[in-house]
Amino acid sequence: MHGQGLENAPPSIFNGLSARSLRFLTKDANSQPRMKLQDTSVFDANSPQARAILRLFYFDLVISAVIFLAVASLVIYIVIRFRQRPGEGEPFQDPGNPRLETLWTVIPALILLALLVATAYTMRVVNPPVIRSDPNVIVIAHQWWWEYRYPQSGVLTANELHMPVGKKWLLRVESADVIHDFWVPGLGAKVDAIPRNQNYLWITPSKSGVYLGTCAEFCGEEHALMGIRVIVQPPEEFEAWQQSQLRVPAKPSNIEAERGARLFEGRTCMNCHAIAGTKAGGTVGPDLTHVGDRQTLGSGAIPNTLDQLTKWIMNPQKIKPGCNMPNLKLTESQAHDIAIYLEALK
Amino acid sequence: MSKESPANSAIHSLAGIKEYRGMLSWITSVDHKQIGIMYIVSAFVFFLVGLGLALAMRIQLMVPVSHFISPGTYNQIFTMHGTTMVFLMAMPLLFGFSVYFVPLMIGARDMAFPRLNALGYWLYLFGALMMYFSFIAGGAPDAGWFSYAPLTEKGYSSSPGIDYWALSLLVMGAGSVATGINLIVTVLTLRAPGMTLPRTPLFVWMIFFNAFLVILALPALNAALVMILADRQLNAHFFSPVHGGSALLWQNYFWLFGHPEVYILVLPAFGVISEVIPVFSRKVIYGYGFLAASTVAIAFLSYGVWIHHMFATGLSYVILYVFAGSSMLIAIPTGIKIFNWIATMWGGSIRFTTAMLFATAFLIQFTVGGLSGVAFAAIPIDWQLTDSYFVVAHIHYVLLGGTLFAMFAGTYYWFPKVTGRMLSEKIGKLHFWLMVLGFNGTFFGMHLLGVAGMPRRAYTYLDRPPLGTLHLISSLFAFVLALAILVFLWNVVRSLLKGEVAGDNPWGGWTLEWATTSPPPVENFDRVPPVQGRRPLWDLAHKKGGSKP
Repeated sequence: MHGQGLENAPPSIFNGLSARSLRFLTKDANSQPRMKLQDTSVFDANSPQARAILRLFYFDLVISAVIFLAVASLVIYIVIRFRQRPGEGEPFQDPGNPRLETLWTVIPALILLALLVATAYTMRVVNPPVIRSDPNVIVIAHQWWWEYRYPQSGVLTANELHMPVGKKWLLRVESADVIHDFWVPGLGAKVDAIPRNQNYLWITPSKSGVYLGTCAEFCGEEHALMGIRVIVQPPEEFEAWQQSQLRVPAKPSNIEAERGARLFEGRTCMNCHAIAGTKAGGTVGPDLTHVGDRQTLGSGAIPNTLDQLTKWIMNPQKIKPGCNMPNLKLTESQAHDIAIYLEALK
Repeated sequence: MSKESPANSAIHSLAGIKEYRGMLSWITSVDHKQIGIMYIVSAFVFFLVGLGLALAMRIQLMVPVSHFISPGTYNQIFTMHGTTMVFLMAMPLLFGFSVYFVPLMIGARDMAFPRLNALGYWLYLFGALMMYFSFIAGGAPDAGWFSYAPLTEKGYSSSPGIDYWALSLLVMGAGSVATGINLIVTVLTLRAPGMTLPRTPLFVWMIFFNAFLVILALPALNAALVMILADRQLNAHFFSPVHGGSALLWQNYFWLFGHPEVYILVLPAFGVISEVIPVFSRKVIYGYGFLAASTVAIAFLSYGVWIHHMFATGLSYVILYVFAGSSMLIAIPTGIKIFNWIATMWGGSIRFTTAMLFATAFLIQFTVGGLSGVAFAAIPIDWQLTDSYFVVAHIHYVLLGGTLFAMFAGTYYWFPKVTGRMLSEKIGKLHFWLMVLGFNGTFFGMHLLGVAGMPRRAYTYLDRPPLGTLHLISSLFAFVLALAILVFLWNVVRSLLKGEVAGDNPWGGWTLEWATTSPPPVENFDRVPPVQGRRPLWDLAHKKGGSKP
């Protein structure tokens, strides 16, 4: 069914985004072997935190199934057995039996007590209170994109969070405007990003791959296209990525890119975006220093290709209506030059 | 009260009551039955509007990356759907049943304050119309039915939608508090001689405690609405973090109202079920004491669980433990009710009328909604599933599979009393089965959508299995649900035109409303039967026969 949906949709820039192309896009930053796109399901738990939640969920599902089956089978039995029969007299008027009723008060109470104990235990495993407060990464939610800062190395990036596999990381989650929520089901719990507030989340990814998530708290017009992409890599690959992010990208090397760079400075792009090693230092929109490395654009809205980036620059409102980047009324060739310039930023 | 009204026996339709003739008699009415009917009809009209909004969303979500509705419009639609169904449909529907039946069931002539009763209705109606006026006044509200700050602050929401939202709810909230007070005073002062509080029908008992919930919960919302209006219109900063306000303050206020609100929407449904099941099982309610006491427990506990809407906001462990505990605790009195209703059916001689079918489906569907609710009390599960489609499934199993099914049970049960005409059982059963199919088909898959990572309130989603399939199934069944409602509408119209005349007591009910004509005359009773127990008409019948069990 899924493929069909897209074929029926009117032709648009979204057409690049079938499940297949999403998979194709999961090359890692250094164009090394493709990484697996993990299922976005709480049942596909890929961290000790997510697995602990899943165990609690299974426990709860078993309890629920037993109670549901008890209620449903009682009702079905009653429907069959106590249906009115012809000529039947008045049934016995049973006003109740306090002992029996106490029984069905106490038994659920005991079941819930067990669930409460399991809940408290799991909470400690999943997200223990934070004592040290030096996070490995600071997540800052914006309408409608994600900013990631790595305080230890000084790396600053947007929309795609890189993490080393097997390391227990502390994320500090904040918001620059309204309330958002950081949720990557495959890696565990979600937590709200609240303005003037700091929340913490522990994640220990146990398998390399690309994990998709999303903003889960309604945050305005483009809430739906505020995707999260977590790229979990072996530690050495992550280290290499981190080093690459600290380098100032090379100067434009061809005539189109040079034109693009001038346009970028001249056409107000740099009021909102920053590129290291240039005059551009805006902090309103995502940092574009290494935008060429990223797999997607617009917080996961479109794949990062020259063609898509050109369309985005020409009219972002067509791809992500309501987003904060205006239509700058650039010609196609101007947008193309800027896209060439940006795609070379690695 | 007209002591000698001989014409009463000839009344068998609303048109037969001369005081109800003409539009003006309705607009100027302070009669609790007319006001009740106006509440119910208005609620049903808004239900159709809310359903239309829901269908628009289901069409949009049928396929991934759909362009049927723009994001801005979608956000207005889901906000108005939630707001309409909670405030413009469910609450007035329950108030309608309350103000219609509470005086009848306690043997009173009217509410304690008939004019206040009318005021409550007209505040509701004009508040609701003002809410919809926003569509042509610059844009409907678009921040969800719980409108979290600071998204609702002027800086993030420049259209007047939120102002309309807050003002309308404030107007309706004032009316709700008035009606709540009115119901409490009515039950306390106007019961028939002999009807002590523990002898009131369970519907009355539950509405009575529900009215306390209304008058204590609504002020929290009303206060917060004034604050957000002050923020937006007077540059106050209650909920604006950049100016030193607090975003979480809004959530505390809203859910301090909002969770009791869920029980405000559910307790009357429990009341209806507690009337319908005994009558059609031909048995006395099993464990009146436990059912009554568990109602009080729910009313109390509902004030101590609101934080479970905020488990992902990063609160301290102490707070989380307390509210996980209280949220699980409230499942116990709810569970008691389910088992007591089942025990009432056990050993009965059950008539599976349409009303009883709806009550039976309620038992099973509400259990599903209750169990998914317990999952959210287990905090780490909430951390995964809150704000996902799992919540959408949960709230619809409680409020649609639960409350609305119960209110349909009540509608089929009391329609003959209100109109003097029977609804068709044949069409009723078609309505019931379409509704069961449409409801479960639409909403069961939403549990799976949530587990698969689908966030709620998203106007679209990328094509990622199994989202497309699950959304498509849900959308198709939503049309079955809509068809079921059309069948119901057909049943009502047909019955009003040529329905079988009901008579005073077509189901063999035992409470006082069945002791008068159908529809009841103005001021309800010629003579209220003696009340010596919880089932006055049962006592009457069995005293005559001399075989009191």
